[in-house]
Amino acid sequence: MQFFGGSEISPSPPAPTASGNNGHMLYVFNRNGICLLYREWNRPLHTLNAQQDHKLMFGLLFSLKSLTAKMDPTSAEKGNLGVPQLPGQGCSFHSFRTNTYKLSFMESPSGIKIILVTHPRTGDLRDSLKYIYNLYVEYVVKNPLYTPGSPIRSELFNTTLDQYVRGIA
Amino acid sequence: MAAIYSLYIINKSGGLIYYKNYGSAGRMDTNDTLRVASLWHSMHAISQQLSPVSGCSGIELLQADTFDLHCFQSLTGTKFFAVCEPGTQQIESLLKYVYELYTDYVLKNPFYEIEMPIQCELFDMNLTQSVQKDRVALLGQ
Repeated sequence: MQFFGGSEISPSPPAPTASGNNGHMLYVFNRNGICLLYREWNRPLHTLNAQQDHKLMFGLLFSLKSLTAKMDPTSAEKGNLGVPQLPGQGCSFHSFRTNTYKLSFMESPSGIKIILVTHPRTGDLRDSLKYIYNLYVEYVVKNPLYTPGSPIRSELFNTTLDQYVRGIA
Repeated sequence: MAAIYSLYIINKSGGLIYYKNYGSAGRMDTNDTLRVASLWHSMHAISQQLSPVSGCSGIELLQADTFDLHCFQSLTGTKFFAVCEPGTQQIESLLKYVYELYTDYVLKNPFYEIEMPIQCELFDMNLTQSVQKDRVALLGQ
């Protein structure tokens, strides 16, 4: 997956096809499993409390990555199941779909994981996730008052993010 | 096209009862296939917990960089999942057909113990035939 090598430095959004209420929730985790951001736009059902929900989500992604690295049919040499992998090492999944939601996942080379839960008929959101990562870089990382590893509390980031997610078809 | 790499069937408790490899580069030994099957069973269950809307029945399609994983769950909790090339079409109908073969040649076999590994010749034969037929049909298009 190509992160660097695009010609634009500043984020350029893919054309929004506004249909409004498609995004359910968004999580951003860092490499240590700390939930940096959790945004919720449309979530009628809460099965667990917030802490457990974050841990469960992180655990699910960790295990799914381990599973896909092991099940990769194109690579001959694989480590054992459950061995922690470096970001980008081994085959990683980018989305899964159930009958009620679609989860899109992206991991940056620094271990920042962005998860977006949407309506099941959503298309490929990899470019949208890259754009959200660019927003994170612009509004959070470049903010001198932000300490890496702590939860994100930036109004500007939240508003821009909300606006962008509303525009995703 | 129509490249199915492998097919797994797991019982309602998550135990692997059938595994067939159709040509993936990495060979997994039996223990690993068992672990992978149980891991998938648990992930399937956890994904239901994280649904924002009620009525979730688990993961149907997982898309990774180099493969897609399609999963079909019957009403009794038996899961049929297939690892295939990204973008392969009609795997859903193939899995439903495998379910039919399972009910015909495995469940109706009086010597088959439910939830145990499948060792029914007719099931194997018909399964190979249908996977081959699929391959040929899709290559012909």
